[in-house]
Amino acid sequence: MAKIIAGLTTSHIPAIGNAIASGLEQDEYWKRFFDGYEPVKKWLDEVKPDLAIVVYNDHGLNFFLNQVPTFAMGCADQYQNADEGWGIPLLQPFEGDAAFSWHVAESLINQGVDMCTCQEMLVDHGFTVPMQLFWRHHDNWPVKTLPFAVNTVQHPLTSAKRCFQVGQALRQAVESYPEDMKVVIIGTGGLSHQLQGERSGLIDVEYDVACINSVIDNPEWLYNQSNTEIMEKAGTEGIEVIMWMVMRGALPEKVNVLHKHYHAPISNTGAGVLLLTPAE
Amino acid sequence: MGWQKHDYDSIPGTYVFDGKRSNSGYNLNRMAYSFIHKNNRDEFAADMDAYCRKYNLSDEQREAVLAGDFLKLMHLGGNVYYLAKIAVFHGLTVQDAGAAFHGITTEEFKQLLRDNAAGFENKLQQEGGYWHG
Repeated sequence: MAKIIAGLTTSHIPAIGNAIASGLEQDEYWKRFFDGYEPVKKWLDEVKPDLAIVVYNDHGLNFFLNQVPTFAMGCADQYQNADEGWGIPLLQPFEGDAAFSWHVAESLINQGVDMCTCQEMLVDHGFTVPMQLFWRHHDNWPVKTLPFAVNTVQHPLTSAKRCFQVGQALRQAVESYPEDMKVVIIGTGGLSHQLQGERSGLIDVEYDVACINSVIDNPEWLYNQSNTEIMEKAGTEGIEVIMWMVMRGALPEKVNVLHKHYHAPISNTGAGVLLLTPAE
Repeated sequence: MGWQKHDYDSIPGTYVFDGKRSNSGYNLNRMAYSFIHKNNRDEFAADMDAYCRKYNLSDEQREAVLAGDFLKLMHLGGNVYYLAKIAVFHGLTVQDAGAAFHGITTEEFKQLLRDNAAGFENKLQQEGGYWHG
């Protein structure tokens, strides 16, 4: 049986990818941020998961505004990174698992979560930065992947509550796969940041910490907020935190907190890290 | 009838990118999306005005692109992730654009971010359980 053995969260700011490409991890600005991932990397190396479901949003690489699926998932054996318009170095392709993905898609759709399935899917920084943060010290990516894209770019967006429900359905989808597989699910994006308009530069540490606490043991607090309520506090781009709810919904009610970390600002953003495991 | 109002319209200094904005900014964002291909970036760099016309930008949008006026482009339906692909040609990052939205220098904008996050380590200590304090 496949099993979700952990839920992780992380921000996915493109500046992190640039810092890695430029070897700035030990720089004064970056050190505390990157250090916050070391215990998670060590844990992942010990438990060796087989596959990572990466919940992220595409920022204008695979999906243009002509077609915007609310929930889309990769159903391929390989996913390529590509130039987002900045000409930064590309990463080696990511291995997928088409048979597993199609099982998950079928289970989700049978449960009423009407997925968009993608047999070609370019993955942008929303996906690649988390992969780098957790696994860049390996010569080859040591996990297979399932990219799970949530539209957080063009409103109307889905809600935090719906994300949580989709996470619950994902857990059932994964755990009905007969093959033995250790799966981790990564909620990416956030925390508070607003890139646009006269309100840009917003960071709300209080709200970020409240979100982290909520994700751990009181998801209702976050998922009962409307998108407008979340954007008022976390900023228009901070709405990405709803993707952490997909991760949380995929874990049982009780979780163990193996690691939590927060740093701000990174670029324009409050950056949080969590490693949670099922407690039951 | 027409475009419906939303509760998020009243958040100050904020342009929630919804159907109305995406509709008005479609050609602008479509042009910015084309920059994921280097040959298009080269074509744009060689003659920005002509490239904007090829994508049917409005006169206002074209002028704002050429001037690198990102607040104006927000007003004209630009999405911030797509505007980031245009900012590169003006030698700008999202932090430079953030500064421009406020009419301050990038250094001042970075300080604003640090000020907004100030005291976070104390907050984490009060909460307890955080790695690194």
